[in-house]
Amino acid sequence: MNETLKNTGLFAIVGGLIIATGFMQSWNSAILIINMGLISAIMAIGVNLQWGFAGLFNVGVMGFVALGGLAVVLVAGDFTPETWSAGGFGIILALLLGAATVTAAVMISKKMAKGRARTIAMLAVLVVGFVVYRAVFDPNVAAVEAINPAAAGNIGGLGLPVLLAWPAGGLLAAGAAWLIGKTALGLRSDYLAIATLGIAEIIIAVLKNEDWLARGVKNVIGLPRPVPYEIDLQNDPAFVERAAGMGLDPVMASTLYVKLGYSVLFMVVLLVLLWMAQMALKSPWGRMMRAIRDNEVAAEAMGKDVTRRHLQIFVLGSAVCGIAGAMMTTLDGQLTPGTYNPLRFTFLVWVMVIVGGSGNNFGAVLGAMLIWFLWVQVEPLGIWVMELVTSGMAEDSALRDHLLDSAAHMRLLTMGVILLLVLRFSPRGLIPEK
Amino acid sequence: MDFLNALVALSNFVLVPAIAYGSQLALGALGVTLIYGILRFSNFAHGDTMAFGAMVTVLVTWWMQSIGISFGPLPTALLALPFGILGTMLLVLFTDRVVYKFYREQKAKPVILVIVSMGVMFIMNGLVRFVIGPGDQRFADGERFIISARDFKTMTGLKEGLAIKTTQGITVVVAVICVIALFWFLNRTRTGKSMRAYSDNEDLALLSGINPERVVMYTWLIVAALAATAGVLYGLDKSFKPFVYFQLLLPIFASAIVGGLGNPLGAIAGGFVIAFSEVTITYAWKKVAKYMLPESLEPSGLAQLLSTDYKFAVSFVILLIVLLFKPTGLFKGKAV
Repeated sequence: MNETLKNTGLFAIVGGLIIATGFMQSWNSAILIINMGLISAIMAIGVNLQWGFAGLFNVGVMGFVALGGLAVVLVAGDFTPETWSAGGFGIILALLLGAATVTAAVMISKKMAKGRARTIAMLAVLVVGFVVYRAVFDPNVAAVEAINPAAAGNIGGLGLPVLLAWPAGGLLAAGAAWLIGKTALGLRSDYLAIATLGIAEIIIAVLKNEDWLARGVKNVIGLPRPVPYEIDLQNDPAFVERAAGMGLDPVMASTLYVKLGYSVLFMVVLLVLLWMAQMALKSPWGRMMRAIRDNEVAAEAMGKDVTRRHLQIFVLGSAVCGIAGAMMTTLDGQLTPGTYNPLRFTFLVWVMVIVGGSGNNFGAVLGAMLIWFLWVQVEPLGIWVMELVTSGMAEDSALRDHLLDSAAHMRLLTMGVILLLVLRFSPRGLIPEK
Repeated sequence: MDFLNALVALSNFVLVPAIAYGSQLALGALGVTLIYGILRFSNFAHGDTMAFGAMVTVLVTWWMQSIGISFGPLPTALLALPFGILGTMLLVLFTDRVVYKFYREQKAKPVILVIVSMGVMFIMNGLVRFVIGPGDQRFADGERFIISARDFKTMTGLKEGLAIKTTQGITVVVAVICVIALFWFLNRTRTGKSMRAYSDNEDLALLSGINPERVVMYTWLIVAALAATAGVLYGLDKSFKPFVYFQLLLPIFASAIVGGLGNPLGAIAGGFVIAFSEVTITYAWKKVAKYMLPESLEPSGLAQLLSTDYKFAVSFVILLIVLLFKPTGLFKGKAV
């Protein structure tokens, strides 16, 4: 019981911090912290599946999160028939051709006997395949990008409800993870790290440069939302009346209402995933995973297929990150590939998992809420500290200006210090694995 | 004549930039590979160590420029480089004492050290941004070109020009000096030999009385020197921006792994393999093809295989191919 009490206490402290934000700053920023904290918690559950359960070192979280964001554009974006007739099908055909080329090359390398003939056949298939692919791909892309380039110029989405995009984001991320896992798992652990780091950069590069897909750095804005718009609420007399009844002005009430709506949705997803992760952890499957993590050789000797299990959990964990990514893009209402930064989307999630307690799902959730709170609050805190430090200096001192300007960069420093301190003095995290 | 023109165009746009970039990558990969060989973990903080070294150098360069010290036609940064190296050495020794030493004594698993290096990366990244800000900084001065395109054209009468930037020349010269010094150190000196022995077989080395802490200290000192030099050379050649150094991590790791982790010779080879593939695959070959092919065969497009934005993808794909077909790298590296 003691342990439950301690854990509840820890969650209560984080909750208290957020409530304090509500009283001292504003309720809008407090709920904003909760919303992003919930999304971060889902990402942390995904990473915890891979690292905590199976000991897989995935530093490509950013890529899966971005794929989830892409899914929102592809599923919920406006359906535009003219782009499909212009070149959408051509692009898909080209992509299929590309995939067929790679598959053929892989088949050759597996089926043919080793030797010069195999090398030549593989190269021939790859070169011919690449030329054909570019020949089909380029004109179709040009055709799609030519349609209304100022506002669209991409293939658009399916126009489905945005909530459907969340599982779709998970599927997209899972597909990518399967491809990566198939090649990089089974190699050494550091190699998986480098491979995932690389694939994340590549996914971002694709999102930034393939304008036909999601407009690249021109961003997709105005994605549909699962909750009403503030302006509609403000124009709704019934809502205004209810707000007035609670003593709130309509603008404030509508923003809070919308944000709380998101919170409820995110909370539902988080609870479902948390429940599933807990069940998985307690099941024979979860015990097997931990057995593999703790001693691969012994697990293999017991007849467990280590590579297959690793692939399985790698795909699952990445899918969870993809869902979180889709939720984040939905919350933002826009996809901005330029803002994906590995420090924020990969390494920060790692800090969350390790601080919270790797191997423990509740730990991951707690770590995510706490670290996200700090990530948001360190900046104003840093500025406040800097103002205190520089208060004795002359008004026009260059050092004073520099210190005040640099306070914003305190975040990374603080996160690094927190990570190192936890690793050193409490390597099992705030809520250790049982 | 057409052949010469094609050759010059090729040198100007592919060979010269790739050699300079390859030298920078090789220096970075040497640092990664040394850490891997001796301390046995992949150091994620290496890119930010490079950024730190470059930052110290930039600050000293600005100070030198402000009091009127210059290095004639060469960039002042070369004079400031020793200070950058010294600063980086102090930083990594401090990090090792405060952070890594604890885990070494605990004999922690390599993957824990990797996560620790992630924390160090955050701190160094924050430190650099805190001191110099996240923006672009220029600190190159002196003569811009060893030979400019126009001079080359008037000299040879060819249609294509060949430009070699001073920074590219310096990069190659400095890299060659560093590599020669490093290999001399590793192969000829007592400390270098003990480092190699420690890397090959830790237990045997300990039995024969090699002091591990001394080996580790020298490794960090050398890595700091290499990282600061690589960082400054890259910054001189392109420009100094903290985030770019973080992104260099991928091609640097790719170089080290392609060459064979833990193998210094492999790191150099890997650096050039990655650099040449990045540049050749993202180069628009139209210009060269124009001279080499008859008019009827001339390509209509740019004849560019991939747009330059995908250069990360190139190093990644090469990395994957090597990992799949030759997991220990081109030169035999460690497989832990």
